[in-house]
Amino acid sequence: MIIKNNSTGPYRIEADQVCVDYNGTVALYDASLKVKPGSICGLVGMNGAGKSTFFKALMGFVRPSRGKIKINGVPVSKAQGDQAVAYVPQSEGIDCSFPVSVWDVVMMGLYGSMNFLRIPRESDRRAVWHALERVDLIDLRKRPIGTLSGGQRKRTFLARAIAQRASVLLLDEPFSGVDVPTEKLMSELFLQFRQEGRTILISTHDLSHVRDFCDLVVLINKTVLAYGETSEVFTSENLNMTFGGLPPDPLFGSTSLDKDNFSNE
Amino acid sequence: MSNFFISIDPLSFLADPLSHEFMRRALMVSALVGAVCGLLSCYMTLKGWALMGDAVSHAVMPGVVVAYALGLPFSIGAFVFGVGSVALIGFVKQKSRIKEDTVIGLVFTGFFALGLVLVSKIKSNIDLMHILFGSPLGTSQSDVNQTLIISFIVVMILLVFGKDLMLYCFDPTHARSIGINTGLLHYLLLSVLSLTAVVGLQTVGIILVVAMLITPGATAYLLTDRFDRMTILAVLSSVISSILGVYISYWSDIETGGSIVLVQTFIFLIAFLFAPRYGILKNQSKIS
Ligand SMILES: Nc1ncnc2c1ncn2[C@@H]1O[C@H](COP(=O)(O)OP(=O)(O)O)[C@@H](O)[C@H]1O
Ligand SMILES: [Mg+2]
Repeated sequence: MIIKNNSTGPYRIEADQVCVDYNGTVALYDASLKVKPGSICGLVGMNGAGKSTFFKALMGFVRPSRGKIKINGVPVSKAQGDQAVAYVPQSEGIDCSFPVSVWDVVMMGLYGSMNFLRIPRESDRRAVWHALERVDLIDLRKRPIGTLSGGQRKRTFLARAIAQRASVLLLDEPFSGVDVPTEKLMSELFLQFRQEGRTILISTHDLSHVRDFCDLVVLINKTVLAYGETSEVFTSENLNMTFGGLPPDPLFGSTSLDKDNFSNE
Repeated sequence: MSNFFISIDPLSFLADPLSHEFMRRALMVSALVGAVCGLLSCYMTLKGWALMGDAVSHAVMPGVVVAYALGLPFSIGAFVFGVGSVALIGFVKQKSRIKEDTVIGLVFTGFFALGLVLVSKIKSNIDLMHILFGSPLGTSQSDVNQTLIISFIVVMILLVFGKDLMLYCFDPTHARSIGINTGLLHYLLLSVLSLTAVVGLQTVGIILVVAMLITPGATAYLLTDRFDRMTILAVLSSVISSILGVYISYWSDIETGGSIVLVQTFIFLIAFLFAPRYGILKNQSKIS
């Protein structure tokens, strides 16, 4: 699997003292982060901690009031032009009755590397086929996306990211609302991605995932509280701090605060 | 409309009108406008821009009047006001807490009212009825030329940027994240809308242009789950409606714009009832 690697520096994702506010209300301040190639970084925090905001800042969709962001050592817009970043938002925000098939959606991952008229080449079709195979959706390729289940739709968007061959994957809560088999398939995929040298940033409020496959963890609550190797950062003290003093439930892998906290999504 | 349909044989129903220059023009212009509007209507319905289409088509009114007064091609005036209204809608929405549909309604009625006032104030030979209701049977050669040029521009833009615009309608976030300039696409689509409103205005008039911009797309949307087929179906149904509408208007002496839109509505109704997967009759039989 060839991925687009236009990296000029040692880090795939670099955020330096990033601040974001929404009309004066601070959502994120002094958030810094550095992620190397071939690692999985978990972004952990409760609802409203600013995880989605961090992703949007990394993608350049919200403009930070302060701070610097680089992807593959270049500004985000450049990295996007190089097809180096794939972003799967928390809720895809798409019209599910749009007349496109699974195949069409995955093909959209390749638009950026196609010619001006976006006419697929044979290699593009092969890439789409391969991506669909990896997420186990090849039999559903002709289905309109409106007829998919939530988990199948998530896999479609993952396949699109695979087809794009991005070296940096930004996945906002990829596990929310998926069933156990899909969760397993996705976890395995992420581990394969790491082997292929991709860098993945995954947000979650489910701590069990983090223990399973994240090399690095970032604990955030409006700012980066702790950051580093999973084994070092995952102390109960840090977690208490992250989840506002409420101890996370180790069995269920999430906090009680999480469930009754009002959500902005 | 007495016994035309009984007394006229099908051949002369089709051939007779073609012996008149004005009818040949009307048929050509209406079919062309139908094709252009039909193609654009796919993007309008999928993007949810029906109200925006209505707004732009009304907002071009003062532009038409001013252009006539200044002796410019009316498409230029219409284009300026069409795009201007959209910019204003964006501005007011951003700077106030008013909801978008309210802003759209507010801006386009304001523009439209300005147009009405200008028509009554500026001495010109503009026929208000022609602007409001269209007059394909009274199309001049220069109107035909304008329609040809604008249609060519619109179709070229939609062909070249078709995939990008489709992606923009479907998933603007993804479009941005692969480096596509969505701001540009947004304004491109709005410009195309303004231009198309100008040509549509000629055939069915300001009031009914929005039908041309959404009905074919809505009809096609009920018939298929594939975007490429949707565009073909929309263009087909739109062109057929235009041609049939003009013929019916000729033989039964009814208003042309209304006749075209009624045919479109009729085709939509058929799709609504009998569409293979999404028609309501199909749904009922599934339940029972
Ligand atoms: N578009 C927005 N406008 C205003 N405030 C927002 C917006 N998006 C998020 N916020 C606020 O920013 C904070 C962080 O939100 P978010 O990044 O979505 O958190 P998370 O993804 O960790 O749940 C929340 O307090 C939320 O209310
Ligand atoms: Mg979130």
